[in-house]
Amino acid sequence: MRQKRRTMLYIPGNNPAMLIHGGTYGADSLLLDLEDSVALEQKDSARILVKNVLKNINFYGAEVCVRINHLDTPFGMEDLKEIIPLKPDAIRYPKTETIDDLKRLVTVMEEIEDQHNISHDEIKIHIMIETALGVQNVFEIAKLCHRLDAITIGGQDLTADMNIKSTKDGSGIDLARKMIVMAAKANKIDAIDTVFVDIDDEEGLRRETEKSKNLGFTGKAVINPRQIDIVHEVYTPTEQEIRKAYKIYKEFKIKKKEGIGVFAVDGKMVDAPVVARAKYTLQLAHINLQEI
Amino acid sequence: MKIIKKAQAGSFESSDILILAENPEGVKGRVIQLNSIVEKQYGNMILKIVNNVLDKFEVADIHLVIHDKGALTPVIKARMETVLLRASNNQKGTMY
Repeated sequence: MRQKRRTMLYIPGNNPAMLIHGGTYGADSLLLDLEDSVALEQKDSARILVKNVLKNINFYGAEVCVRINHLDTPFGMEDLKEIIPLKPDAIRYPKTETIDDLKRLVTVMEEIEDQHNISHDEIKIHIMIETALGVQNVFEIAKLCHRLDAITIGGQDLTADMNIKSTKDGSGIDLARKMIVMAAKANKIDAIDTVFVDIDDEEGLRRETEKSKNLGFTGKAVINPRQIDIVHEVYTPTEQEIRKAYKIYKEFKIKKKEGIGVFAVDGKMVDAPVVARAKYTLQLAHINLQEI
Repeated sequence: MKIIKKAQAGSFESSDILILAENPEGVKGRVIQLNSIVEKQYGNMILKIVNNVLDKFEVADIHLVIHDKGALTPVIKARMETVLLRASNNQKGTMY
């Protein structure tokens, strides 16, 4: 099963305290940020700090991604040269708008990897879709390369690009969310929802995360460690859901041996899609399917 | 590496370290002023890390003023590397 990415915690790349403690917050994935959270005159400082942290700090099993600056900026190339040799789990590329953007990133990454004898499938790529053009092209971009492992919607930049207000109900970016999820699902990769910026509104975060989950997002980006538990709660199956899934899957294995494809559990029809959902629920709960 | 201008890196934030580097005329050797909240316990270790980075970058003559707020080794190394690259005008990919 793929690594879980229920939460992806943004950590500003020039903040030593958060970088050092990153692995202790409990997020599934950490995003060490060299882009928007770093002032232009501190880009070198953040890059060098993240490099040293990657070399020396234990992240306790969390996935570690580094968000670099776009290659159109004066910073992106240096970011890749310094970070690729340290082999983070993934590179996150901001403002991906066209397949040429992604092709260029892959070419540069491969050149650096060749210089350091790193195979081309070791470091994954995550892209951010945060402009209207990116949304329009997301289906083409999503199928371009096998290294692409997740797509994230950048809600703040997208609303700015569309010249609309960023609202709590996210109505302005609703279509973009759905298109990004579809593009990701069609290519069997993760879709990560944008951040919820009101740190004090815990119920609002819960509602938005439930909406994200129902749309098909596999996780949500978070900007404060306080948001992690709420998102995990929403994305973790309840005991009742696990029990139901267990029952369905157990019955499925029995019926399969009898050559029966469609059957009923507790009076409700079970067929292949229901079994697939049950399997997914059990996997999220870390239940070994072989032992059922 | 030759120090050709004043530079600084880091901050006064907790777990960080602020380092100012310069090479005033006439200064020979390494002059290091350390001020740390953990100086009694870790002062010598901090100085050792600082000197190791200076050795790595082959810096002979420098004046450093250091204010430490409990930075760990990777942070001290990073801030030292940053300040030396800036002070020698070798910083890349930044608007500093």
